[in-house]
Amino acid sequence: MRRHTWIIPTVYIIFLMLPIYWLVSMSFKTTNEILGSFTLWPQDFTLENYRTIFTDPTWYNGYINSIIYVSINTVLSVAVALPAAYAFSRYRFLGDKHLFFWLLTNRMAPAAVFALPFFQLYSAVGIFDTHLAVALAHTLFNIPLAVWILEGFMSSVPKQLDETAYIDGYSFPAFFTKIFIPTIGAGIGVAAFFCFMFSWVELLLAKTLTAVAAKPIAATMTKTASSSGYELGLLAAAGTLTIIPGAIVIYFVRNYIAKGFALGRV
Amino acid sequence: MNKTVNQKAWFFVLPVLILVAFNALIPLMTVVNYSVQETFGNNAFFWSGLTWFQEILTSDRFHASLGRQLFFTFTILAIEVPLGVMIALAMPRKGIWVSVCLVLMAMPLLIPWNVVGAMWNIFGLPEIGLLGKTLNTLGFDYNYTRQPGDAWFTLILMDVWHWTSLVVLLAYAGLVSIPDDYYQAAKIDGASSWAVFRYIQLPKMKRVLTIAILLRFMDSFNIYTEPSVLTGGGPGNSTTLLSIDLVKIALGQFDLGPAAAMSLIYFLVILLTSWVFYAVMTRDEED
Repeated sequence: MRRHTWIIPTVYIIFLMLPIYWLVSMSFKTTNEILGSFTLWPQDFTLENYRTIFTDPTWYNGYINSIIYVSINTVLSVAVALPAAYAFSRYRFLGDKHLFFWLLTNRMAPAAVFALPFFQLYSAVGIFDTHLAVALAHTLFNIPLAVWILEGFMSSVPKQLDETAYIDGYSFPAFFTKIFIPTIGAGIGVAAFFCFMFSWVELLLAKTLTAVAAKPIAATMTKTASSSGYELGLLAAAGTLTIIPGAIVIYFVRNYIAKGFALGRV
Repeated sequence: MNKTVNQKAWFFVLPVLILVAFNALIPLMTVVNYSVQETFGNNAFFWSGLTWFQEILTSDRFHASLGRQLFFTFTILAIEVPLGVMIALAMPRKGIWVSVCLVLMAMPLLIPWNVVGAMWNIFGLPEIGLLGKTLNTLGFDYNYTRQPGDAWFTLILMDVWHWTSLVVLLAYAGLVSIPDDYYQAAKIDGASSWAVFRYIQLPKMKRVLTIAILLRFMDSFNIYTEPSVLTGGGPGNSTTLLSIDLVKIALGQFDLGPAAAMSLIYFLVILLTSWVFYAVMTRDEED
């Protein structure tokens, strides 16, 4: 029985790849071919859709904007989550459990609930339509997640490590940067990956908080879908390009990804 | 791990607290503020007490959206959790195929949500989509833009496609943490594969599965972008989940009061349920 178990994952992976294949194959087709006939692979292979995206600033700026705010968000979330996660994993303090749960509740908040108030808040502060606005807004769900993951990884590091370092004469900042951070390097990588991922895939807040200057690629796509009729090939090409950054980062964290999804607590 | 009491730890938490509070408390207060007022435009607001809450809680429209939401969430949990566990059990434990499986399976998780919606929108089209065309060629009368049943089928299939991998990855992380000795001991005792699953693998997966169910519950309750791109809540209102309805009221009709009251009720439902999960999870941790 054990010999044939490979069938299940294989069938599952084929199921996962089919819609992706359809998107990618459509991106190499001309609009005429897409709408005119049903073809399993591109008959009239074209790179025109990709050429449009790479030469039209409204398209490629979308990618640049997305990458900028995702990077700011990742750095910011992990940087502030590090000390907080250390505090949660090493110390007891007044209200620690309540605070931890409160942080988690923000991971649960529906973005639809916050869309309008966010728009008003960020307009009032005067950073509407900037990369910073989206990066800050995404910390709402990424910081709790980063704290949760890092706390899991830190708790599996024995406390003796801290104590030995102090006996050896390390000050706290020296210990934290020179010993502790390298020790939980994998955890930091995983936390950064998850912040990247959730900031990259989120659209509702990113779209609400931007107009022109910082508009994410995902919003450019929805706008194209509605305004220029049915340019499916172009849309498919843009969609295909949004998959690539994700595929690259997955490759780097592949050995830790499962542990990361378990929030460092396996 | 035994922790020391140290009130200065608050300073470590402070940056997180400030940032999250800025993002969470101010907008939440705005929502609370709207939920108890009435406006006729011109920025004039009148106190309306709990009228909006009463209106929402007794409205058929809200009940219908909530019902659809619960149906959606429980259906996808009932499919994704067993399916995910099954796939994780069948995955290879060693060798290069592990990485191949993990990378390919994680792919759907890294695709922007509107692209997921758009991808399935195209994939399901009866004339030009692979899924739609195949089903119609096989003799099914499939058209998700017209028939509510087909819209639901596509919506659930899309979510299974998008998120089952999360359950797989979590369950797999639990499985690989089981030492080989356990399996050897079971072999010596002549345990059946069901017994191995029931008494060794399932208990080891309990924690990660709780996290999986918690995450899937929260995220499926919050789902907005994918269904709004796929079906836009249609045909009619047949796939209008809570958040789609909320955005329709808040941004479509600009009824801020009812929308805000609905937001708060919505948030409370998620909060209460998640709190139960969280309580169960942390209780196990302290054992």
